[in-house]
Formats: sequence, C-alpha cells, structure tokens
Amino acid sequence: MSAIASVDVAGVVARTRHRATPAETVSQTLSMGWRALKKMRRNPEQFFDVTLQPLLFTSMFAYIFGGAVSGSVQSYLPLMIPGIVAQTVLTTCMATGVQMREDMEKGVFDRFKSLPIARIAPLAGPMVADLVRYLVAGGLTFATGIAMGYRPHGGIVGVAAAIVLAIFTGWSMAWIFTFIGTIARSARAVQGFSMMILFPLTFLSNAFVPESTLPGWLEAFVKINPVSHLVSATRDLANHDVLSAEVGWTLLAGLVVIAIFAPLSVRSYMRHL
Amino acid sequence: MAITGAVEASGLVKAFGSFRAVDGVDLHVGQGEIFGVLGPNGAGKTTMLKMLATLLSIDAGEARVFGVDVAREPHRVRQLVGVTGQYASVDEDLTASENLWLFGRLQGLRSRDARATATRLLEQFGLEEDAGRPLSKFSGGMRRRLDLAASLIRRPPLIFLDEPTTGLDPRTRGQMWDTIRGLVADGCTVLLTTQYLDEADQLADRITVIDRGRRVAEGTPDELKLSVGNSALQLQLATDSDRLLARDVVCRVAGVEPVLSPDSGRMTVALEVADAAGDVLIGLRQAGVGITSVSVAKPTLDEVFLALTGHDTGQPESTVETMGGVLEEVAS
Repeated sequence: MSAIASVDVAGVVARTRHRATPAETVSQTLSMGWRALKKMRRNPEQFFDVTLQPLLFTSMFAYIFGGAVSGSVQSYLPLMIPGIVAQTVLTTCMATGVQMREDMEKGVFDRFKSLPIARIAPLAGPMVADLVRYLVAGGLTFATGIAMGYRPHGGIVGVAAAIVLAIFTGWSMAWIFTFIGTIARSARAVQGFSMMILFPLTFLSNAFVPESTLPGWLEAFVKINPVSHLVSATRDLANHDVLSAEVGWTLLAGLVVIAIFAPLSVRSYMRHL
Repeated sequence: MAITGAVEASGLVKAFGSFRAVDGVDLHVGQGEIFGVLGPNGAGKTTMLKMLATLLSIDAGEARVFGVDVAREPHRVRQLVGVTGQYASVDEDLTASENLWLFGRLQGLRSRDARATATRLLEQFGLEEDAGRPLSKFSGGMRRRLDLAASLIRRPPLIFLDEPTTGLDPRTRGQMWDTIRGLVADGCTVLLTTQYLDEADQLADRITVIDRGRRVAEGTPDELKLSVGNSALQLQLATDSDRLLARDVVCRVAGVEPVLSPDSGRMTVALEVADAAGDVLIGLRQAGVGITSVSVAKPTLDEVFLALTGHDTGQPESTVETMGGVLEEVAS
C-alpha cells in the first residue's frame, strides 16, 4: 500500500502548493518557537542576562545616581525604573540577534532551508520564544524596584501595561538585531555591532536623567530617540496609569521597525542560502 | 501528465566569483532509478545538488524536478524532495524523537501523527532505543541514519543524498547501502553523490562522472567500464627498472599503452578480451621481465576515472584502497 502510494508521483506533484498559507506560517513559527523554548530549558545560562542585569543595574544605578539626579534614591526610582526596563529589554534584543547568528551556523538550518516552510518561520520562531525573556526582564526590573521601595502610582494595571508595552517594543526592536544577525559574519560581530547601536540609544535618552538638564543639541536628539518615547510611555503607564500619546508613538515606532526590518531579515536570510 | 524525468537539468552553472563550481552540466534522472554523481572532492557535486534542492540559486541553465521548475517554484520543489546533506542536518540540542517530531510538525503533520511517524522511522532505522537520548551522545553513523530518517517523513518521491557514507565504517556503509536500495524498492528515485567509485558501482543504475564542474561521462557502471576495455591485467614487476622494457612488450603484444605506476613498479593493462593476458605474460617471459604478482579483473571505476579525465581522483591512496578500489598514481 505504501509502495503504491509513493509511486503516485503525478498525484504528489499535483498536490504541491506554491507557497505556505498564513495558517501554515503561524503553525510553523510556533513549532520553531517550541524548539527555541526546549533549547532555553536545556541551556538555562541563556537567562543570565535577563535575570542578573535587572538586579545589578537597578541597585547599582539607584545608589550611584539617585542622590545626584533626584536628591534621594527613593525619589529617583520612579524616574529610573522605566529607564532600566527599556535598557534591559533592548539588551535582550541584542541577545536575540547574537543567538540567531549562532543558530544559523548549525547544520540543522540546512534542513530548515530545504523544507517547504515559510521562510520567515525559522527567524520568527525563536523571537516568539524570546517573549518569555522579555517578560522575565521587564517583570524582574519592576520587582527589584518595588523591593527597593519604588511604589508605582499606576498600580497593577499600569505596571502590567508598561511591561506589555516593553515586551512589544523589545520584540519589534529585536528585528533590527535579527537583521544584523543575518548579515554579520559571526556571532561576535553581531555582538560588537549591536553594542555600538545600543549604547548611544540607551544613554542618549531620558532613561536615567531628565532631558531638560542636557545641552540643547543633545536634548534635540534625546527627544526623537525612540528609546525616550518608550521610557516616557513606561513612566506614564506605571507611575500615572495614563495612556498618553507617548504610548502611541512607541507602538508606531515598533510597527515601523517591524515593517522595515522583518522583510529585510527574511531577504537577507534567504540570500544566505 | 506526460512522463517526465525525476530531474531534468540543462546547462546548469554556478559561479562563485570567477570560479565556476558547476560549469554547464546536463542531467537526466529517470523515475525510480538510483542515479550516481561521481567525482573527486571539489568537482562540484554538492554545489549541483544544492542547486537542485533550492539551497543555492541557479546562475544559468534550467532545472526541473518532476516537471516543476526549480528556480521559479522552489516551494513546490521542496515538497517533492528530501535532502540528506554531507553533514547531518539535525538539531544537536534536541533528542532524536524531538527532531523527527519537529520536522513532521513543520511539514504539516498533526502532533500525534508526527509522533507516530517519528516512532515508525526510529524503529525502521534501528534507533528506537536511542529515541530519548541527546544527540551529542550519537555516533556519526547514528546521526546519518537519523538525518536520512528526517528526509523521509513526508515520503518525498525524490531523495538527494550527498555523500551518504563518507566517513562511515564499512559495516555502517553496508547498512546505509541496504537502506538506499530499500528506498528505491518503495518507489523513490534517488540521486546520490559519491567520491567512492565502488559505491556508485554497487548502487547506481546510471552514473554521471563530474570533474571540475563539467560532466565528463555518463552511462551504466558497465558501460563506463567498457570504455577502458573488458578486463584489466594488473602486474607487479619484480624490478622497477624493467618498466620501460615491459611497456614496450605490452605495446607490441597487446597493442595498448599500459598505465604505469612509477614508484611501485605496478602496471595496469586494459584488454579487449581476458585471453590476451596470456599473450602479454608470454611476451614478458620471453623478454626476461620478472613478475611477482598477476591479476586479471574487470576494470574498476578508478581506472575509468583515470581514462576519462587523464588525472587521478586526487585522493589519498589509503582511503581508496579501504573502499575496495585500487588507485594507480600516475605521473602527469
């Protein structure tokens, strides 16, 4: 029976489809996400950055800058915690790109390429799994802050909304680093290149200091920096439970980044074939 | 639907910079056959296979798989072809059964069907006891078997095997050969590349010989062997210094130029009929040339390759000898 079935080549050829349907694409992406989650569970050291960084940076920055910037650690926390959330989430994006590059060098990617699956699935799958990492990063930063005495006025709803926004922004920004992952020669190169983008973006923002204290030219850059919008939006949500225009700008910036960098990443990934 | 070949390719070209890895190859693979692509390392075999499997773009020429254009409809071609690469393309971080489950899911199987298929394939390939072990504990042969199993999940009508037994020990090679024969018995078409001449001889219905990106010959193993005569007489001279004298004798008696192996005093004479071997031996005796060993055999594909390309396969002799062939080193 099986022999007869496999001889029916004309039937098999007739049943082939020209491209993956949207439903297939989603299912394939989720399967790839499952693979990435399995790998995370077997290599728990992948969680070092998202667990240690929030703890370390929150306590370090609060005690170092707190007095200088806001007069006291307590009054600095509402300003700083949203900044650390943005910074942590962006650093996590970078790890997404680095791991993508490492993964692509493995033999199994040859098989992914030879299978009739949507070309975006091997890229989007790990990013879906990374949502877990953004959640850990965002949640842990707030938890550390609260343990140090931070009392967000936005309440549970505000903080939850802030975390969701941070996860979305992190996920969309991760496409930039995935793109870098597909064009760079090695995982090390991805790391180095990403750092150069990441440091100016996070520190030339309102994440740790009020922008009004900056020289005019720098203030102008800080105001258009998307990280500033994320930080402001996170402050509005967590500290005031306000759905401000900053939230809208942040969402828009995320969508624009996805619209540009998702197709670029897929194209660059396919060129690697 | 008209009967088409499993693979129809014409004028395939792949260039990396100024280097043409594949330089105008034509290929016709009939349905249900094992087709061997034979050539030394760097001949362009893998590149050609990757082009046909949609893993590399085609720079010039045209290729069809069961009538489907490879360049224009890659997604359809991927549904018709199973690819097993030279290096096992399975996920090191997953277990054997997780690997097969994932590949089944990616190809549209329901979770339960994917699990059943994984179990069936692991049994078929003798890996059921290792189903839950991490792949880092797998031997090279086990990885290859898992890799091949992964290519068979959706029972594709065409299987590409890139050097399926390179680096395997003789016993595992034999098992792999049996598996490949079994695939064809199930109705598959197999296109395999190999640098082992006896592998092509053992498995393939037809062989194409590739050298430096070009096709240099094609035919059944027997046809190719005929191109260098029906039999090969192999002689080991007692004294190496006799070889010029011996060569004159062979040319006079058998009317062919022997292939000399200068360092070892060995020579191979291609003969129309095995009977002529006696004449050569008598001629050598009369000329006073001492001989330490004599054998008459059907020519090996190594000798075919030598005759076709004018140079040897460029492989270390020891590798080839363990594969049952005899490679003559010739001064070029």
